[in-house]
Amino acid sequence: MSTVDLSSKIPNNVNLDQDKKLLRALEQWQPDYLKWWLDMGPKDFQQRDVYLRTAISVDAEGWANFDYVKMPDYRWGIFLADPVPDRTIGFGDNYGKPTWPVVPGEHRNTLRRLIVTQGDTEPASVEQQRMLGHTAPSLYDLRNLFQVNVEEGRHLWAMVYLLHSQFGRDGREEAEALLERRSGDPDKPRILGAFNAPVDNWLDFFMFTMFTDRDGKYQLLALAESGFDPLSRTTRFMLTEEAHHMFVGESGVERIVQRTAELMQQDENEDVTRQGGIPLDMVQRYLNLWFALSLDLFGGEISSNAASFFADGLKGRYKEESHEEHRALDQHYRMTVPKDGAVVEEDVPLRNAMNEVLRDAYVEDCQRGVDRWNKHLERAGITVRLRLPSKRFYRHIGLYADMPFDADGRLLERSDWDGRRGEWLPTEKDRAYVATLQKAVRDARGIKGHPFEYEYVRLD
Amino acid sequence: MEHLETATATPVRFDTHPSRYVHWKLEIEPPLARLSMDVVEERGLRPGYPLKLNSYDLGVDRELADAIQRLRFEHPEVSVVVIASAKDRVFCSGANIYMLGSSSHAFKVNFCKYTNETRLALEDASANSGLKSLAAVNGACAGGGYELALACDEILLVDDASSAVSLPEVPLLAVLPGTGGLTRLVDKRKVRRDLADVFASLGEGVKGKRAVQWGLVDEAAPLSRFPARVAERAKALASSAPPRPGPGVELRPLEPRYREDGVDYKYVTLDVDAAARVARLTVRGPETDEPSSPAAMRERGSDLWALRAFRELDDALLELRFNRPEIGVVVLQTRGETAKVLAADAGLVAGGPDWFVSEVLHHMKRVLKRLDLTARSLLAVIDAGSCFAGSLAELALAADRSYMLSADGGPTLAFSELNRGPLPMGNGLSRLQTRFLKDPSRAEVPVGEAMDAETALEAGLVTFAPDEMDWDDEVRLAVEERASLSPDALTGMEANLRFAGPETMETKIFGRLSAWQNWIFQRPNAVGERGALTLYGRPERARFNWTRT
Repeated sequence: MSTVDLSSKIPNNVNLDQDKKLLRALEQWQPDYLKWWLDMGPKDFQQRDVYLRTAISVDAEGWANFDYVKMPDYRWGIFLADPVPDRTIGFGDNYGKPTWPVVPGEHRNTLRRLIVTQGDTEPASVEQQRMLGHTAPSLYDLRNLFQVNVEEGRHLWAMVYLLHSQFGRDGREEAEALLERRSGDPDKPRILGAFNAPVDNWLDFFMFTMFTDRDGKYQLLALAESGFDPLSRTTRFMLTEEAHHMFVGESGVERIVQRTAELMQQDENEDVTRQGGIPLDMVQRYLNLWFALSLDLFGGEISSNAASFFADGLKGRYKEESHEEHRALDQHYRMTVPKDGAVVEEDVPLRNAMNEVLRDAYVEDCQRGVDRWNKHLERAGITVRLRLPSKRFYRHIGLYADMPFDADGRLLERSDWDGRRGEWLPTEKDRAYVATLQKAVRDARGIKGHPFEYEYVRLD
Repeated sequence: MEHLETATATPVRFDTHPSRYVHWKLEIEPPLARLSMDVVEERGLRPGYPLKLNSYDLGVDRELADAIQRLRFEHPEVSVVVIASAKDRVFCSGANIYMLGSSSHAFKVNFCKYTNETRLALEDASANSGLKSLAAVNGACAGGGYELALACDEILLVDDASSAVSLPEVPLLAVLPGTGGLTRLVDKRKVRRDLADVFASLGEGVKGKRAVQWGLVDEAAPLSRFPARVAERAKALASSAPPRPGPGVELRPLEPRYREDGVDYKYVTLDVDAAARVARLTVRGPETDEPSSPAAMRERGSDLWALRAFRELDDALLELRFNRPEIGVVVLQTRGETAKVLAADAGLVAGGPDWFVSEVLHHMKRVLKRLDLTARSLLAVIDAGSCFAGSLAELALAADRSYMLSADGGPTLAFSELNRGPLPMGNGLSRLQTRFLKDPSRAEVPVGEAMDAETALEAGLVTFAPDEMDWDDEVRLAVEERASLSPDALTGMEANLRFAGPETMETKIFGRLSAWQNWIFQRPNAVGERGALTLYGRPERARFNWTRT
């Protein structure tokens, strides 16, 4: 196992001290990063002690080391999963050939693009969530928020390491640009749509970590298969952190649903709003929004880029080794496509369908979470169920982009859809109502065996 | 991939009007015009390739050509056209790749030629009509999209940290940017050749500040200030343009009559002998005396002979290029009275300073250039009843060879001021100057003098002057012999011989860029079974033959 150097300015397990040029480049980037973190990171909590985990090694236990730390002092560093000896490319035209330890010139621009697009999402989510500290429903949630935030920051470091170490001057410029774009800023927006959407409240936040971070998981899984070995090792380590983010989302929504179910049982009209619950139809609308925004992140259903990424061995499938055949030539993937106002099934060459393959794996994973939420409704004797909307609903990318499909996947007239929008997506009224619930609460419950009232964030 | 031969498909027609545009919207707010591209995916000229992301095919480009033409004639009050996109975050992603991939070689070549002519028309409008153009690049601008922007006077790029201009043809498709992109980079925008090299091999393109530094665009403006900057720059461009007073002149539809074996227009007739692969293109001179004052000419509008006849000729050339690909030899003929053509020309020369008259002349010039660039053997037949005079004498000078009947009271050849400069070729010279590079004094032909065949032959103005005894056979044999030669070799030979003299950006585009592109378009690395263009969008990767020539 590689050793982690925790003593240097930039903790790492990539022997940074032996690569002076790279070290210098990263040390030059570090102050800019910190400035970005202070400007755009969690507002008003930078000087608080937060009970955070940080990596001290890359094995199963080593990264789960907890201690109090002020967020700007968090040990952001560079950790790659241990190399797999004699690893070969697991898919595409280069199947079976040795992986690339350095970026091949032929794929330099494509890989840079992939890394920048992934990297851009990390600071974006920190920016989206920076005001939520003020309204955390508990210290436990507050701490979880900050844990997610610092780890997204570390994921940015991971991508910047790749840019600095493999992509020369262009890479350094891209690394700077990652700090210059701003979520939701019309002049310098983040690259992907969902990362410019407002995360105004904790329902947004939980939906975001449930659905949007889960897209991140699947993108990382696909990149972990990459024939570009440094990318694979980096993303494999990032995946260990991502799991917690989705747990925050899934369990966060779960608690809301659970509470709603309790309140529905208490009120004869099942009206939960009088007691500060969030009605299920409202939860459903937030679910619809974030699910749809997250589906877009997978890209077009039929994509020549996706085909090239796969063919070239740059981006694989979820759990590539579980597939029997790894070239994916002469195979097809059945999907629905819009045709003359209807939706028909079509066989698409598998390589061109890779975005949809990944998206479908993701949808299955999301469904498992929704099923768990519904268990609470079932147990409470409530007949209503939460559900994932159709993949065609409210899409902005791909075959269904900007077409008026309802949540059941039926194509409506545009005017009809516009009139019924509030059935499926959060309304102004919903937002106003959820906003009234956003009050900071300072009780807590357990992390690392600590009691609820444990001081996860020292506020004074 | 299946190659659709255009000859067997529905004929392509070029008549359109802003009220019938499918893919563009033309809005006039003097002194500005806004021409917005909003390509309708499912309304390509042929089925089989959705026009995604503002990609274009010939149907999209003919509307652009029409709009530029109409702005010049119908909207003299407009001095700046903003070329924009009506789509969010996409300017134009260039010629549709699937359309190119599924087209025959001949169609691809003619498509590129036509789009090149359209972009040159945009530049001609800037140089000669004071109609400036500004590309408002609001998002992705790739390949032909950037080449369209390059044809504008100025390029404003949105600086949103992701929008880039790019020429991804080489790395992505293994072909060239075929609409003058490479030429304009170094010749027009004078981008340093090494930076242009980097740019053209970088699939994702260049954005923001660097695009400005490299000279690829004139300015990069943030999204929030983009509309304001477009307006400001457009206004600044407008103020530099000289005024063009008075109402515009509507370009009325030509309403040709199409037959199986040809097309009939008012002043032009195209007769096609498909079996012989020969067409006869006849242009008739004015029937009556043409108006001589600019005011009267404007009154006559698009029925003015000089405008109508040349619009018809233009349409007939496009008919030949796109719908009659099998025709190898075009016999150019004229019918009418020499005196009337010379009088019409004299009126144009005298009225030259008037904007409308000037537009008529520039239009004539462009149509004659279209003739120069038509890859068919052109034989001028100057026979009894012809009127190769002045502007129509340019047809004889544009021809690869000319045959003039030598007979008492036979046809004559005559010149006007229009032969002495106002109708230059793409090389910047008149056809006479290009013809007489060795002895430039011979280009100074007398104006208004009717020359018989002997005189014309002596002066080097015609190739052959058979007498009545030989005439029929000579002409027939010339046509038959020409039609028997390899069409490819003839195309290459003619293109090399027609454009003697200096190079211009235009000659480089049609000579160097197009020639290389047309070669690459035939090569297995692009269009072979494993070629990059063939496989674009398909799951397999291209495989190249690595041998360099």
